[in-house]
Amino acid sequence: MAHASHDDHAHGRPAGIVRWLTTTNHKDIGTMYLVFSLLMFLIGGAFAFVIRSELFQPGLQLVDPAFFNQMTTMHALVMVFGAVMPATVGLANWMIPMQIGAADMALPRMNVFSFWLLAFAFLLLLSTFLMPGGAPASGWTLYPPLVLQSGEAFPLAIFSIHLMGASSIMGAINVIVTIVNMRAPGMTLLKMPLFSWSWLITAYLLIAVMPVFAGAVTMLLTDYFFATSFFNAAGGGDPVLFQHVFWFFGHPEVYIMILPAFGIVSEIIPTFSRKPIFGYEAMVYAIASIAFLSFIVWAHHMFTVGMPLAGQLFFTLSTMLIAVPTGVKIFNWTATMWRGSVSFEPPMLFALAFLFLFTIGGFSGLMLAIVPADFQYHDTYFVVAHFHYVLVPGSVFGLMAAVYYWMPKWTGHMYDMRLAKWHFWLSAIFVNVLFFPQHFLGLAGMPRRIPDYAAQFADWNMVSSVGAFGFGLAQLLFVWLIVKCVRGGERATAGVWDWPHGLEWTVPSPAPYHTFEKAPEVH
Amino acid sequence: MNEPGSLRNRSLAVRLVLMAAGSFAFGFALVPLYDVFCEVTGIGTRAQLSRAGTAEGQSPVADRIVVVEFTASVPSGDWEFEPVAATMEVQPGRLYEAHYRARNLSGRATTGQAVPSISPMRAAQYFVKTECFCFTPQHFARDEEREMAVRFVVDRGLPPGIDRLTLSYAFYNVGRS
Repeated sequence: MAHASHDDHAHGRPAGIVRWLTTTNHKDIGTMYLVFSLLMFLIGGAFAFVIRSELFQPGLQLVDPAFFNQMTTMHALVMVFGAVMPATVGLANWMIPMQIGAADMALPRMNVFSFWLLAFAFLLLLSTFLMPGGAPASGWTLYPPLVLQSGEAFPLAIFSIHLMGASSIMGAINVIVTIVNMRAPGMTLLKMPLFSWSWLITAYLLIAVMPVFAGAVTMLLTDYFFATSFFNAAGGGDPVLFQHVFWFFGHPEVYIMILPAFGIVSEIIPTFSRKPIFGYEAMVYAIASIAFLSFIVWAHHMFTVGMPLAGQLFFTLSTMLIAVPTGVKIFNWTATMWRGSVSFEPPMLFALAFLFLFTIGGFSGLMLAIVPADFQYHDTYFVVAHFHYVLVPGSVFGLMAAVYYWMPKWTGHMYDMRLAKWHFWLSAIFVNVLFFPQHFLGLAGMPRRIPDYAAQFADWNMVSSVGAFGFGLAQLLFVWLIVKCVRGGERATAGVWDWPHGLEWTVPSPAPYHTFEKAPEVH
Repeated sequence: MNEPGSLRNRSLAVRLVLMAAGSFAFGFALVPLYDVFCEVTGIGTRAQLSRAGTAEGQSPVADRIVVVEFTASVPSGDWEFEPVAATMEVQPGRLYEAHYRARNLSGRATTGQAVPSISPMRAAQYFVKTECFCFTPQHFARDEEREMAVRFVVDRGLPPGIDRLTLSYAFYNVGRS
C-alpha cells in the first residue's frame, strides 16, 4: 500500500485538543461534524423529552405554555439545522473524497471555517434560553406577525440562522468543487457512487435556497428593528408573503435532509444484497427530478391561507408528481434485493426500516397533498406524524445506517453487533409506538404545538409518550456503542463487509490520515 | 490530479459564491415579484384593493341586487372601529357611499391605517372604490371620534351567482402623529 509510508506523525500533526482546533483534514472535520450532530441530536432529543412528558397526560403538569412553545421551536431548529444537516455534511466530508479518490476536500480552510461557524451559531441559538423572555417560541417556521412578538432572543436567533446558512452554503460549495474538480482519473460522473451523487445535487439545492431563507429572516429583522413593512399589513406588506418565501426555502430544505439518506441507502442495499444497484442511471435522474420538483411545490404547506382553485390544483398535482421519481427509487431498491443474497447486518436493518417507514411517511404526504383533506389535516398531529415519519425513520435512520456501515472504516474496529441489533430493534419498534398514534390523534382533530389537549386525546398521547421515552433511551445504546467502537474491538479489514464495492473499501481500516495522495486509477 | 486550493478550484468556488449571492438577491426580488405575479394572474387583490378605481362607463343594472356586508377588525392599537351600517343592498353599476366610525382610545394623538379585503376572493376585482379612507393614513387627535367614507361601485361584470360580498377593514396602528 502506497499509503503505508505516510506515517501520521511524519507531518508533525499536533496532538490532543490543538489537533482538533487547528485541523483542516477532511476526516477530522468530518468527525467533528458527526460528533457535533450527535450532541445536537441528544440536546434536541432532550427538548422532545420535555414535550412528550408534558403531553403524557392532559392538563398542564410540568412546564408553562410559554416554555412549551420554546421547546417545540428549539427542538425543530436544533434537529433540522444542528443534528440532521451537520450529520450529512460530516458524512460528506469523510466519504466523498474517499469515494471519488481525492486526497482531501477542495477547499480545506473554508471547510474548517464552515464547521466553526456552525458551532458558534448553535452557541448563540442555545444561549437564547438565558435571555429575558426565553428562547424563540414561534415555531421553527418563524411566521410573522407572531415571531415579531419574540423577546430579546429574536436578533440572536436570526443571526444564528444567518451563521448556519453561511456554514451550509460553504459546505455545499466545498462539496461541488471537490466533486467537479477532484475526481480521480477515470471516475466519470456516471461512475460516481450514489452517495456522492446525492450530495452533489443536495449541494446545489443548498446554494439555491439557503440564501433565500437568509433573505427572509433578514426581512423579519428589518421589520422588527427598522420599521420596514415586508410582512406588516399596516404598512402595505403581507404576512402571507413570508410563508411563500419561507416555504420556497422550506420545501427544498426537506429534500436537503432526505437526499443524502437516499444516497446512503443506495450504497448499503447493494452491499448486503451482494448485487450492484438496480437502475443506477435511473437513480441519478430520480434524485435530480426530485430536486427540481422541490422548487415548484412549496405552497402545499399553506393551502389554507386562501388560494385560487388554479393554484391549489397546480400545487396538488406538482406535489403528487414527486411520488413518481420517489417510486422509481423505492422500486429500484427493492429490485436490487430481488434474487440477491441478502444478509441482515445492522446497516442493512436500518436501510430496510428506512425503506418501509419512509414510504409510510411518503404516503401520508400524498394524503396531505389533497387539498380538501389538507383543510382537515392542516396544523394537526397528522402533519406532525407525517414529517416525523420522513425525518426520523427516514433521514435519521439513513444516517444511523451510514454510521453502522462506515464506522469500522473510520475507527478500524468492528462494533458490537449484538448491541447494534438491540439498538435497531428498540429504535424501530419504539419509533412506531411514538409516531404512529399521532396519525390517529391528527385525524381526530388534535392541533399541533399545544401544551394541553382535550380528554379524548389522552390515550394515544400516553402511548406516543411511552414510545418517545423508549426511543430516546434506546439512543443511549447508540452513544455507548460508538464510544465502545472508538475505544477498541475486533480489527476491521480493508473491505469490512462481504461484498464491498467502491474506492473507500480499498484503503486500510482505519482509513489513514491521508488517503489517495496519489490518485487511484478507476476503470 | 488537482491540488487543494488550486486556481481551478478557486474559480469554481467564486462562481458558486456568486450563485449564492444571486439566490440571496432572488429572495428579495420575490417581494416585488409577489405583487406583480398576483396582479398579472389576478390571484391576489392586495394592490388593487388599495387603489382608487373609476366609476366611468358604468350604468346601473336595474334588475340585479347584490348585498354588501361590512365588517371591521382591530389587529393593533387602541381603537373602536366599526361599520355604521352592517349591510347595504346595491345595484351593480351604481355609485354608493358607506361609512365606518373610528374612535381613538389610546389617550394621545395617533394614526391608523385601514387595510381592505373582499370576500369572495374572485369578486374582488369587481369591487371598485373611487374614494376610500383606506387610501391614506388617518390622523386622529386625542379621543377624537369620526366617520370615514368609502365610495364604491360594484362592476356590472360581477359574475352571476355572486349575490353577496363582504368588505372587511382591518384598522392598524401606524404610530403617533
